[in-house]
Formats: sequence, structure tokens, C-alpha cells
Amino acid sequence: MNPYNIYISGVGGQGIIKTSVIMGEAAMQSGLSVVVGEIHGMSQRGGVVSTQMKIGDSHSPLIEEGKTDLLLAFEPLEALRAMNMINEDSYVVVNTSTIYPFNIRQSEHPYPELSTMLDELESQAKKVIALDADGIAKGAGHILAMNMVMLGAAAAIPGFPVDKETIIKSMQDNLPEKSIPINLEAFEEGFKFCLQNL
Amino acid sequence: MNIKEILTRKEKDKLFLMGNEAAVRGALEAGVSVASTYPGTPSSEIGNVLSVLAEEAGMYFEFSVNEKVALEVAAAAAASGLRSFTFMKHVGLNVASDSLMSVAYTGVRGGMVILTADDPSMFSSQNEQDNRHYARLANLPLLEASSPQEVKDLMKYAYQLSEEFELPVILRTTTRVSHMRGVVELGPLKKAPTKGHFDKDPQRFVPVPESARVMHRNLVEKMAEIGVLSNNSSLNHPLSRGSQVGIITSGSAFNYVMDVVEEYNLPVNVLKITFSHPFPEKKVLEFMDNLEMVLVVEEVDPIMEKEVLAIVGKHHLDKTVHGKLDGTLPMIYEYSPDIVLGGVGRMMGLEMPPEDDKTSLGLPKRPATLCPGCPHRAAYFEVKKAAEELNITDVIFPTDIGCYTLGIERPYQTADYLLSMGSSIGTSCGFSKATDQTVVSFIGDSTFFHAGIPPLLNAVHNKANFVLVILDNRTTAMTGGQPHPGLPIDGMGLEAPEISIPAMVKACGVEMVETINPLNVRNSRESFKKALQYEGVAVVISQYPCMLIKGRKETGKNIVIDVQDDKCTNCDTCVLELTCPAIYTSEDGKIRIDPLMCRKCNVCVQTCPEKAIRAKRIDVEKGRNKQ
Repeated sequence: MNPYNIYISGVGGQGIIKTSVIMGEAAMQSGLSVVVGEIHGMSQRGGVVSTQMKIGDSHSPLIEEGKTDLLLAFEPLEALRAMNMINEDSYVVVNTSTIYPFNIRQSEHPYPELSTMLDELESQAKKVIALDADGIAKGAGHILAMNMVMLGAAAAIPGFPVDKETIIKSMQDNLPEKSIPINLEAFEEGFKFCLQNL
Repeated sequence: MNIKEILTRKEKDKLFLMGNEAAVRGALEAGVSVASTYPGTPSSEIGNVLSVLAEEAGMYFEFSVNEKVALEVAAAAAASGLRSFTFMKHVGLNVASDSLMSVAYTGVRGGMVILTADDPSMFSSQNEQDNRHYARLANLPLLEASSPQEVKDLMKYAYQLSEEFELPVILRTTTRVSHMRGVVELGPLKKAPTKGHFDKDPQRFVPVPESARVMHRNLVEKMAEIGVLSNNSSLNHPLSRGSQVGIITSGSAFNYVMDVVEEYNLPVNVLKITFSHPFPEKKVLEFMDNLEMVLVVEEVDPIMEKEVLAIVGKHHLDKTVHGKLDGTLPMIYEYSPDIVLGGVGRMMGLEMPPEDDKTSLGLPKRPATLCPGCPHRAAYFEVKKAAEELNITDVIFPTDIGCYTLGIERPYQTADYLLSMGSSIGTSCGFSKATDQTVVSFIGDSTFFHAGIPPLLNAVHNKANFVLVILDNRTTAMTGGQPHPGLPIDGMGLEAPEISIPAMVKACGVEMVETINPLNVRNSRESFKKALQYEGVAVVISQYPCMLIKGRKETGKNIVIDVQDDKCTNCDTCVLELTCPAIYTSEDGKIRIDPLMCRKCNVCVQTCPEKAIRAKRIDVEKGRNKQ
């Protein structure tokens, strides 16, 4: 059976690796095979960060171009950069809060308009869920819970192979205890938003 | 998962581990007594985890001053009968290579494993050298891992092998294996002895010409015996699909091959080679027996491909060998399922449709940069201003390995020449002799200890003329914040003597030494000016802790940095010259500072020509309410 492929992209410091670990452990707890590929080091300092996850039968964590089932983009420009990974059956969850590259003023290309970026994604995917994950996280109590908003939205996508309860259990195993209430609320808000906008 | 579970979880339990974490569990299951490293991506997490677990596990772990010392610490432990583990990024083995060559001759008593983490595609390295060559250069056994589970299992096997033949064993991973996470089933832990005993045997452990000649013969004989083992090893196993086409592969490339073969149900036989040096000639011959053609899929150099070609030549076989050498697969960079599929297609003569980009929008790049509040940014800004004020326009900036290499980006452009760890100082000696240009070089604190001291001695003794800036941010920042000899803490988190950088620099014979706080702009600029006007070697130690150090006190808690629009003339010095990620131009054209990103370093306040940026005290109560 082909694996369920998740591509997560964004900017260093957004909690992408933590999100992948929570998802991966939840998949393992569900008795599924899972591999995750990630890159550390130089790419962190405000650069592009992406992880790739295959849940199901797979050897390598790298996804073939166009074979992503779910693209989880923590930043809209990084969703666009990952577009070659999706196909017309892919779901895309994208955080609409933008982060400009630090040297955008010296850049050859300007930062695209948000609406242009969303149109571009919608033209290639089955469904794009665009949400202000930063805003939702702030509403839940802390901007740093943004990644859990994204995780919540991912968990509500049709066909997502791990159930909500197992993910919540994995969150509890992987997050600092005192941050759990805010993170859980962020997760639930993301989940709810996605369900309502599918 | 709590990191401690790597030590506390029992046999048969399953953990979701990164390749590097699995290496640690493998060491614990093998009963390793001594481990040593110098941190380097993609191997760093092995050390990070060991530094947390070593004491509780009853073993010794150190962050050594460099990889050569790390290998020597492990070699001596193994000579004393203990199991030892040293690990490093691929280029780290270059530093350790002098002693590597000799430890292959002397051999070991306790098992010794040398893990090299290669970095195909150079995600965080200056090159993508293929360290499988080192196994051939030193003539040592080599194992290649494909997954976290295999990393753990191979660690245990490597110690058995190492002790059976009394030779160190090299274990090669690549970034995609070191940083791959997967489900790992655990084995039983083994308690390690804390102390061994070194039984003297100079004929064996001192390679002077007379004894070295004997040692080399012994090594060659042992490796011939190990060759029999690799030929019969189940680690090198064929998967037959009854085809006349075969693929020979290893490491991460094996994963891509299997994904493609299984997804497209390709009719090819696959030989996975894990025990790859000595190369299993007999096994490969058997595998190729019924094949017409074979594709060798490996990262980075065509090492196995040449071995296979040699076998074909030696045995006069009528078979075609495809791979990198005939252009079926790319010669460089890491592979992927897409690349392997393309190679298989080319070998089979299939027409592969080209992939079009799905978006035609031009996307701005997002290069990594120095963090908001990073003291390196201030130092770069100040040294350039100091040179400008002295009308020095032609400055060469040799740089070194660390976060500060990011000075290569505009607008800083303070990275003109780089070879390796410590090369900033050695090359500065060369530039100061070969040119009349001004030379200002940069090196980090950890890198200075690693490889900066001998070239600094060289600079003073040979009367070089340059400014050396030691960017002392009190940690090994780029690799994740490991300690080094300049800190009062060691790799196991215990108190340790702190080596003073200023005292070290003076002891090297440098007479002009200034220590600055780079966040104090005016004083720093004056110190840089003094240094630039000095004839000889001048050293400026720019000392301020990295903003990412865990548990550091937050600065300016009740302060917010903002821009006063009535004073700002949009001269753009802050966004175009200082270029802190927290400072941006808003949609209405006004300069703004992101309060979440800002670390209140105050450098923009000091450098704004119009004094339009200010540090404003905020109401403490309101601050609390905001929390």
C-alpha cells in the first residue's frame, strides 16, 4: 500500500520539527510504520525548514515530486516553494501569516501578494485551507502554539491516518507540561477551523 | 518522548528515534565506556544526547577540543581494553585523519567505532566528500547504515567485529540517515566497565618504521580475513525478483531504490550492501550471475561502481555496468526517489517526461541569517564602519566555520575566503604576505580552540600583519550550543576549568589585544580603529553571549524598541546596512520593529543616524497584563 505523504514547510523557529515528532510518534502509537526526514543546522537561522513524513510502507522519508497527500505550510511563501510536491488531489493547509525574508529589500523578486499566492495554490490542489494560525494561537494564549494550530488543522483533513486522541496523547508526551492547556486549545481551534472550512 | 527514555526504556520497547539518537542507544546496548566528539552537523545530536545521558549511564563522554583529539581519546580507551566510540561530521575525519591512519596500524583491544556522518548535497558543510574513501585509505572495515534501526543494530555488530579482529570499524551515515526518524525496536542494555588497564606493548602501539612495517603486514592480512566475512555476511543481502536487471546499492540510496522498485513494481533484483569494505566480491559475482546489466546506486562518489567494474574486468564478464560513470545517474549531490527513478528509466531506455514547475511566480529566496540581537551582526557593522572612517576601502575578510560564516550574505559581505576550521588565521598569514591589502579575519570561540591556536602562533612568529576578530559568543552556536574549553562546564555538564581566550592570545605572543562588548557600538568602533592602525597582529575579542543560549536572562524586560516617525527620514541605514530580521519596512513605507523578534540589543538605537530609534521603558503593570 502506498504511504500517506505529508510535506511540512516553513521558516526556522516555527516549531516544524516538534510538530513532525508529535505526528510521527502518534503514528507509531497507532501501530503504523512511519519515517520522517528533516534537515538541521545551517538551515535553521531564519532560513527555509521542511520535513517530509511517510506514514505506511516506505523505506526513505523523501517524497517523490507531486506525491504529497497533505502539504502543511507554516508560511505562505514556503507553501508556494513546495508546490512541486503537490497534485490535484492534495490538501493544503497554509498559515496566512507572512514572514518576509530578512533581505527582501535587496531581493530580485518581491514578496508576492497573499491573494496571488493562495490563488496559485488553489489552482493546483484539491482543497486549500488558509488560516491565520498566528492569530488563532494568540487567541489560545501564545503565538508559540501556532504549530499546534497547524497540527489541529492537519488532523481534521479527510484521510489523515492518525486519530485526534492519539495525537493529543503524543502532544502530552512531547510538550512541556505547563504549556499543555494553551497548546491543546490551539490544536482544538485549528481542528475546528479546518472542519468548518472543508 | 523524553530524551532520557533512550537510556531507561527496555528491550523490545519501540521508540521513534532519529538516526543520531539510535546511535546513542546502540552505544549503550554495546556497553561503550568512553565516547568523544567535536560537534558537527549532521552528527551533533549524538553528542547532545550523550551529554545528557552519559553520567547516568555510567560512561565517560567529552566534547573534545577537535576531532583529532576525540579520535585519540577513543583510541587510548580502546587500547586499554574498553569499548570506545568517536563520531564526527565527514570533514571532521579530515582533522582526525593523521591519527586514524596510525590507529589502523596499531589496532585496538576493546572495540572502537568511528562514526562518520557525511553530508551529500551539503546542507550544512563546505563540501560533500565521500568518507567511504577513508575506509580504503586507512584499510579499515566499513559499514553503511540506511535507517535508524540499522544504525543501532550496526553499532552493536561493529563492536563485535572490532573486537574479533582488534581493528577500529568505520560506520558511515549520511544526513538523510542521521536526521531520519523512524521506529526503532530496542535491545538489552549492557553495563560498561568504567576503567580498563593499558598493558604495555610498544611493538604493537608505537609505529616507528621497524614496527610499522610489521603492523602494515598484519593489517593487510586481517583485512583479507575480514573480506571472507563481508562476502558471507547477511548484511549484504540480495532480493531477487527473477530479473535479468539488477541494482547494487547501499546506505540512504537503498531506501530510494526500494521505494521506487516497490511503488512501480519494477522487475529488478536488488543487492543491498551494508558491509561495504572490504568489498564483497564473491557476493557481487553471485548476484550478477544471471544478470545482463546492473545499475550501481550510491551517494556520493562512484566507489562501488568502480569495484563492480573491476570485478567485471577481472572475471571477463559480458555485462554492462551503469551508474555515475556513464551518466545514468548524477555524479554529485544526494539522491532521491525521483533521481533513482530517472536513472532506472535511462538504463531501461525509457523516455521520462520532464517535470514542469507548477508555479511560474518568481519566488524571493530565504537565506539563513544571523538571529535578531546576534552580537556578530554588531561586530560586522562596526568593523566596516571603522574601516570606512579610516578610509580603508580594500579589506579582505577571511572567515571561518560557524554562524558568522553567514556574514557572506548582503549587506554584511564579511566573508571573502574560507577553507576549513581555523583557516581564517592561516590564510590571513598568507594574504598579509602576498598582498598589500588590509586583512581582517573572523573566527569563533570554539573554532579558535579547535584549530586557531597554531596558526596564531605562526602569525606572530612570522611577523604577519592583520586584525583577527575572535567572535566569542560563549558557545558552539551553529551546531546547537555545545560547550568548549573557554567555558566553566564540560560535556557531561560538570564544572570544568575555563581557559581564558585573552590569556591564550597573549601567550601566543600577541601584544595588541582588545576585548570589546560588541553591543557597545562606539567603544567597539574605537577598538577596531586602533586594531586597524596597528602594525603586526592585532586581536579584538568581541565578547557577548549568543542569543540562543538556553536559560539566558532576557535583556531589557521592561523596554520596547520603537521608531519615532517624526524623526525617521527613511535613510534606511537600519534595514539596508544593519539588516536585523526584527526591523522591516511596513506597507505604508514606515520603518517598524517587530516586538516579538526584537531582543533589545540596542544596536539599532545606537547606529540610527537620525536618533529616530529609541528604547522606551514600558509600564511594568501593562507588561504583566500582556503576559
